[in-house]
Amino acid sequence: MSIFIDEHTKVVVQGIGSQGTFHAARNSAYGTQVVAGVHPKRGGETWQELDAPIFSTVAEAVAATGANTSMVMVPAPFTKDAILEAYAAGIRTIVAITEGVPVHDMTVVYDTVVRDGGARLIGPNCPGLISPGKANVGIIPADITMPGRVGLVSRSGTLTYQIMHELAQAGIGISTCVGIGGDPVIGTQFLDVIQAFAADPDTDAIAFVGEIGGGEEQRAGEWIRDNIPDTPVVGYIAGFEAPEGKQMGHAGAIVKEGGPGGESAAEKQAILAGFGIPVADNPSAAAQLMIERLARP
Amino acid sequence: MDLVEFQGKQLFARHGVPVPPPGAVARTVEEAVSAAEAILGDGASAVVVKAQVKVGGRGKAGGVKVVRSVEDARAAAEAILGLDIKGHTVNVVYLEPASDIAEEYYLSVLHDRVNKGDLVICSRQGGVDIEEVNRTDPGAVVKRQVVPSERAGGLPRDIAMEVVTAADLPAEVRASAADLLVALFAAYLAEDATLTEINPLIRTPDDRVLALDAKVSLDVNAAFRHGDHAEWRIEGIDGDDPLEARAREQGMQYVKLDGDVGVLGNGAGLVMATLDVVAQNGGRAANFLDVGGGASADSMAASLRLVLSDPAVKSVFINIFGGITRGEEVARGVLGAIEQLGHFPQQLIVRLDGTNAEEGRRLLEEAAHPSIIPSPTMQEAAALAVAAARSAA
Repeated sequence: MSIFIDEHTKVVVQGIGSQGTFHAARNSAYGTQVVAGVHPKRGGETWQELDAPIFSTVAEAVAATGANTSMVMVPAPFTKDAILEAYAAGIRTIVAITEGVPVHDMTVVYDTVVRDGGARLIGPNCPGLISPGKANVGIIPADITMPGRVGLVSRSGTLTYQIMHELAQAGIGISTCVGIGGDPVIGTQFLDVIQAFAADPDTDAIAFVGEIGGGEEQRAGEWIRDNIPDTPVVGYIAGFEAPEGKQMGHAGAIVKEGGPGGESAAEKQAILAGFGIPVADNPSAAAQLMIERLARP
Repeated sequence: MDLVEFQGKQLFARHGVPVPPPGAVARTVEEAVSAAEAILGDGASAVVVKAQVKVGGRGKAGGVKVVRSVEDARAAAEAILGLDIKGHTVNVVYLEPASDIAEEYYLSVLHDRVNKGDLVICSRQGGVDIEEVNRTDPGAVVKRQVVPSERAGGLPRDIAMEVVTAADLPAEVRASAADLLVALFAAYLAEDATLTEINPLIRTPDDRVLALDAKVSLDVNAAFRHGDHAEWRIEGIDGDDPLEARAREQGMQYVKLDGDVGVLGNGAGLVMATLDVVAQNGGRAANFLDVGGGASADSMAASLRLVLSDPAVKSVFINIFGGITRGEEVARGVLGAIEQLGHFPQQLIVRLDGTNAEEGRRLLEEAAHPSIIPSPTMQEAAALAVAAARSAA
């Protein structure tokens, strides 16, 4: 098994410009069922690169193709409406890759789609997710990993790739890798993914990549201690050297100036260690920790 | 993007949040003197001279002075301009008619990351550090979460009334404070702010409420629907780093740091990890720079040029993980960038990993450029970069 996406995933792509087409074609070449594209003015045409139909609306795409997952690649100003449209059309797994979505747009989306709607929204501003050997929805490079039994959850794209790659070089594959994104408002939190891994019979161990700022990693760590203390879990928190009060690329990655709550990397590391979860000082060391942990009988 | 006080007050005024009568901005002592003359000439009995920096605790640091004469205004401006407040140099002061203060409260609306909605905070104790109040007397700080479905047409006035009542603001000002909160919330929503804070919110002797200070953070991701927000960006207002300003113009994610190892990489998380690894090897990064996806010769050249233009940079650590962009394309980007840049004295330690990394490293080795040291791992590359910075220093 895997979480959130698998061989039954049927993807409709919202945003079929050059970027959307490029990544959708890669997802399709990997074996993902990309069944439709949506473009308000191109309904009825064929999406040549994917050999798939184009519909004017998500609802039409769902009715005609049975799509059950949406990949949102539209520009930031249109992302809110695109996600709400997918939700209204009955899609319950929505992967929003787009970066730069305004916070107020996302609070409205979160309210409707996640808090009140119960849908699975991944992102925005995320690389998507991959269940190796089954489906890849988003922009994660598939050829650096392989099927396996480690679940990976991350707030950072390239760091995720780094750890997947090092695990793969040691012969360790992945059940699902979820890039949840680094924005202040994202649909799926660290803890949501870890709970899904805990419930997945084919995930035996969990690796995570966190960042400075917020309290998601700490909340997830507490849950792990209380619920799955015997599952191997290792992690890395980026930003030990981040100066206070400076925003480091990701909107969420900021250490609050003088604020309480333990939001720095060192504080998070110490808090997680208290829950029995080792946090490495760098991403390679995190991969090594997992490799060593899995080698133990 | 954070606004300074006078900008925040202008933004408040647009949305009907009561603020003191408008004043004037001064970058020099002479400008401050003429502003004080004008304000006192208009009949104000006192003028307040306030440092315009994006940091709290200005009053304690000597950045706020109330004066009653032009001579005293001159002395105040001389004292405040150039002052260093927690690392922020004061380049601009704001002068406005001083307000009479009967009481000071606290009021803010901000984005609440935990609840993924909005949060209204109100306290009868204002003009002090609200986080300190929250620690010592949490009961005195009222917090009200607001979810989007509650505020479709703006903050309902009954919620505003509930908040100011719970905070125990005096009965005489509750109605006007509730009106002010509704207006503040409207400003927060309409301007795509992530924080609108008033500390202190004052009660005047004639029972009006006024925003005596304004702290506003705007969501840069919403700039596409706020063409006017670009006007708030004033070069050098707050000792902004000139390299950071240049990077922003070019759409790059650059943060100046205080070390001597220049750092660039693809992805914010990877660059943050690079800073960590440099520090673990005994060095200090000179900057944070995320080149984003792609890493073409042009984007590499622009990024490298920016990093190298910092005189503090003694070596450069280029840390790229090839994902969809393959290793050999990254290597060509680096080589192309070096060709564009011409001669520079710093060593570039290039760590390439991921898709087709070996081909990329081979290309770099074959080029045999004297400035480039290829390296396969983050740890080794960091050690090399730190050593190169030391020997160049």
